[in-house]
Amino acid sequence: MRGISSLLFCFLPLLNAPGTCASEQQPFEFGDMSAPQYTLPPLPYAYDALEPHISAQIMELHHGKHHQTYITNLNAALKTQAEAVHTSDITTQVSLQQGIKFNAGGHINHSLFWQNLAPASSADAKTSSAPELLKHIKATWGDEAKFKEAFNAALLSIQGSGWGWLVKVETGKEQRLAIITTKDQDPVVGKGEVPIYGVDMWEHAYYLQYLNGKAAYVQNIWNVINWKTAEERYLGTRADAFEILKASI
Amino acid sequence: MNSTLLRTSALRSAARATASTVSRAGLAGTTFIRGKATLPDLPYDYGALEPSISGKIMELHHKNHHNTYVTSFNTFSEQIAEAKQKSDIAAQIALQPMINFHGGGHINHSLFWENLAPTSQGGGEPPTGALSKAINDSYGSLDAFKEKFNAALAGVQGSGWTWLVQDVQTGSLQIRSYANQDPVVGQFRPVLGVDTWEHAYYLQYQNRKAEYYKAIWNVINWKAAEKRFQ
Repeated sequence: MRGISSLLFCFLPLLNAPGTCASEQQPFEFGDMSAPQYTLPPLPYAYDALEPHISAQIMELHHGKHHQTYITNLNAALKTQAEAVHTSDITTQVSLQQGIKFNAGGHINHSLFWQNLAPASSADAKTSSAPELLKHIKATWGDEAKFKEAFNAALLSIQGSGWGWLVKVETGKEQRLAIITTKDQDPVVGKGEVPIYGVDMWEHAYYLQYLNGKAAYVQNIWNVINWKTAEERYLGTRADAFEILKASI
Repeated sequence: MNSTLLRTSALRSAARATASTVSRAGLAGTTFIRGKATLPDLPYDYGALEPSISGKIMELHHKNHHNTYVTSFNTFSEQIAEAKQKSDIAAQIALQPMINFHGGGHINHSLFWENLAPTSQGGGEPPTGALSKAINDSYGSLDAFKEKFNAALAGVQGSGWTWLVQDVQTGSLQIRSYANQDPVVGQFRPVLGVDTWEHAYYLQYQNRKAEYYKAIWNVINWKAAEKRFQ
């Protein structure tokens, strides 16, 4: 695990996650059978900071157990993959792909999710923290209420586990906003999409508090959306949005 | 597919008249007979599967989750009937995933309740007869089968179900996982299913789903599985 020896410093990254530790980026080398090992990014707030909208018990299990399990499984799969590349074992490499997608997706999605939430009492949780994004939202959906209605409908239409995202789609010079849903832990990667914020619709994200009342969870999540992070991702590039992932190597 | 729980309201009145056909006609009733799908009664109390599955989970799972699949299935069935009447093919196709999801949820849960039983009513007692022999032939032993089944459950990425199924052509057994509420239809016949949606275990087991997979064998109703196996 070369990541440990290269730990240089902790810094405040762009995306509002004080206390996140970053390590120097190392080139990824399959040749010596090494693989990057990811670590759980610390939450940028306390487990109970999102109450009463998301309970401390949910946050603690969700971050400390669920997110950690994706990372543990991802690291194991990447290690096996590195060995399979080293030994030119292509069938093993292919058989690992779905597991890597699922567990890496879980790591990516949750890392982005923690950052795009904020305590309801904070200024970051007010839409006024995202003036440029709000303009674009209003231009696209008419007004904020219609946008939220469309987003909620998308969240509630998910069949099974998945996520809803507001994304920026870059097509040439043009930029447009879109609401998309993804299944299971499929991450928002590729197709020129920049994730602005996401909402986890796995049952583990709300069940202990809301039970089968997921519509209430969907209503309440708006109180803890981090609009400052949303604005930064909207104005930034794909690489900026995913910066947190480099910090967790 | 046998499920005495899968009755429509129309079938229920039919059943009172001719009680003998109920069991075999279950699924056909849902599919072909005009009438609304209804939430079947559980064949045991909500608390009867404790400590393997808590009474609170069973109550929410049956009364809320299953019931939502039933009511949504009825709603979308009406919509698809209207679309058919208007010869609106696009609308019929757009409604297919809703029928699959909510109809699948109704079928899956109806079969699930039936293939569970309190230990006092035979839950956890190993299979006998032809099914027992088929499991031993395919997997070596019941324990080896359970191990493979639990590995399949753990491998479900997201919400879904794992089933012991029978290939309707060859008669052979297989362990198959299905995403979300995709039901076991077509080439395979459901013998025994375990729900691995988080709502099936989260209030009791949280992220420790392996414990749920282990505990559920104590309340598996192998008698129901034997009836489905042909």
